[in-house]
Amino acid sequence: MAIEVRDVNKSFGTTPVLRDVSIDVESGSLTALLGPSGGGKSTLLRVIAGLEQPDTGTVMISGVDATRLSPQRRNVGFVFQHYAAFKHLSVFRNVAFGLEIRKRPKDEIRKRVMELLELVHLEKMADRYPSQLSGGQRQRMALARALAVEPEVLLLDEPFGALDAQVRKELRTWLRRLHDEVHVTTVFVTHDQEEAIEVADTIVVLANGAVEQVGSPAEVYDNPANPFVMRFLGPVTEIGGSLVRPHDIEISTTPTEGATEATVSRIVRLGFEVRVELEIAGQEAWVQVTRGFAERLALQPGDTVNVRPNPGSRSLALSAV
Amino acid sequence: MDFLALQTPALLQGLAVTLLLGLVSFVLGSGLGTLIALARISTFLPLRLAAIAYVSVFRGTPLLIQIMLVYFGLPQLGVRIPPIPAAILTFTLYSAAYLSENFRGGILAVDKGQWEAANSMGMTYQRILARIIFPQAIRTALPAIGNRFIALMKDTSLASVITVVELTRVAESAGSSSFRYIEAFVIAAIGYWLINTALSLGQAALERRMGRAYA
Repeated sequence: MAIEVRDVNKSFGTTPVLRDVSIDVESGSLTALLGPSGGGKSTLLRVIAGLEQPDTGTVMISGVDATRLSPQRRNVGFVFQHYAAFKHLSVFRNVAFGLEIRKRPKDEIRKRVMELLELVHLEKMADRYPSQLSGGQRQRMALARALAVEPEVLLLDEPFGALDAQVRKELRTWLRRLHDEVHVTTVFVTHDQEEAIEVADTIVVLANGAVEQVGSPAEVYDNPANPFVMRFLGPVTEIGGSLVRPHDIEISTTPTEGATEATVSRIVRLGFEVRVELEIAGQEAWVQVTRGFAERLALQPGDTVNVRPNPGSRSLALSAV
Repeated sequence: MDFLALQTPALLQGLAVTLLLGLVSFVLGSGLGTLIALARISTFLPLRLAAIAYVSVFRGTPLLIQIMLVYFGLPQLGVRIPPIPAAILTFTLYSAAYLSENFRGGILAVDKGQWEAANSMGMTYQRILARIIFPQAIRTALPAIGNRFIALMKDTSLASVITVVELTRVAESAGSSSFRYIEAFVIAAIGYWLINTALSLGQAALERRMGRAYA
C-alpha cells in the first residue's frame, strides 16, 4: 500500500470534518476522493500531505508512519487548486526549484526539468513567468513542479476546479494518460463525479467527513452502497418507492408485468438523448431514452405509458433509509 | 560665488556624512526590521508581544527625543557613544520599527498557498522565507520601503543636534559665519533633494525590474 489512513478524526473548532476515516491507496493507482463541498475530502488530502494534523489516527506512507512527519519529510508532491505558482520565478525555475534545494548537479537539473516540461507540453514556455501562462498551462506547470522531486505520492486538490469546462475536460484526459506513463501513486480531490469516473481507478466517496463507499468507478456507479452515493454518482429518479437511474427504466405504451402507470408531462430533446418527464400518482419522475426510441414510441404530453426498472438494473429501495 | 567657493568642500563633506548616516542606518534598520517583522508574525506569543512593544515605543515617540536620550542620556548610565555611531544607532532602531511594519505587510500579502507549496516540496522554513516569501514580499512592500528610505534621509538632519557635522550642520555653521543663511540652507536643501531624487529613480527602476514577472 502506498498510503494507509487509519481511524483519522479531525475537527476545526467544534466542527468535525473527518470522522473515523480509514482508506488504503494502492501503489501506482489513481484514486479520486469524491464528495460534496464541505465533505472533508480536501482536509483528508491535506492530512495525507502533512499540511493538516489529524486529531487522532495515523497516516502511513510507503509503510512508514508519517503521522507526525512534517510535509517536508513525507516526499509527497502537492498540486493546489489555485496553482500556487512561485510568481517571481520563471516556469523553468519553478520546476527546477525542488531539485535545486536538493543540490542536484546543474546539468542533471536542466535535463530533468526539460523532460518534465516536455511531459506537460510546456517545453516552449520555459522562460516565461507564471503570469504569462493560461490557467491550464499554470496547472500543468504545477504538476511538473510536483513531479520534479520524484514524490512517492502525488496529491492533487481540485486540480481542475479553477479552469473552464473545456480546458478541464482536456486536462482530465491528459492526467489519465500522464498517470499511465508515470505510474506514480496519485490521489486527487474532486466534487465532479464525471471527472472521478473518467479519470480514477478507485473512487472514495466522502460525505460529512465519513467514507460512504470505496470502489471502482463501475462499482460505485452500478452498486451504490446507499441512496446518497447513488444520487451523487449520477442522475436518479424515483419509481415505485425505489431510486433508479433514468436510463435504466423501461418505458412502453402497452401494459407490462410489474410496471407502473405514468402520464407523460413533457418531452425534452437534448441532442441524441430525450428526457421524458412523467407524473406517477402525483410524483414527478423522468426517463432517459435515445432519440430513435422516443420517435418510435411517438410520445406526446398527456399520453399514458407503463414504466418499470430494467430487469437486472440496480435500484435502491428508499424505504430502507 | 565667493560663498560657494569657500564652503564647497565643507558642504560636500557634510553631504557625504548625510549619505553615510542614511545608507548605513537604512541597511541596518532593514535587517533589524526584518527580524522584528518575523517576531511579529511568530506563533510564539512572548516574541510577538516584544515586537509589538518595540514598534509601539519607537514609532510613538519623537526621533529627536530618541537621539538626545542616546547621546545625552546614556552617558548618565556610563554608556558613552560618539556622535556618528549614536546617530546611526538611533536611526537604525527608529527606522527598523517602521520598516518592520512594511515587511510584515509584504509577508502577509504573500498567498498562504506559497508556504504550503514550498513546504510540500521539502523546503526548510529559512529557505522558504529567503527564496519564496521575501522576494515576493519585498515587491509588495517596495513603495512603502522607498518612502521610508527617503524620510530617513531627511531625518538624518536631526543628527546636527548631537554635533554630527552632516549637511544641515554644515549649512547652519556656513550660514552663521557668513550671515548668508538663505544660500546656505537652499544649497543644503538641494543636496537632500538630489539624494532623494536619485533614490526615487532607483526605486522606480527596481519596481519595474521586480514587476517583470507580473506583466
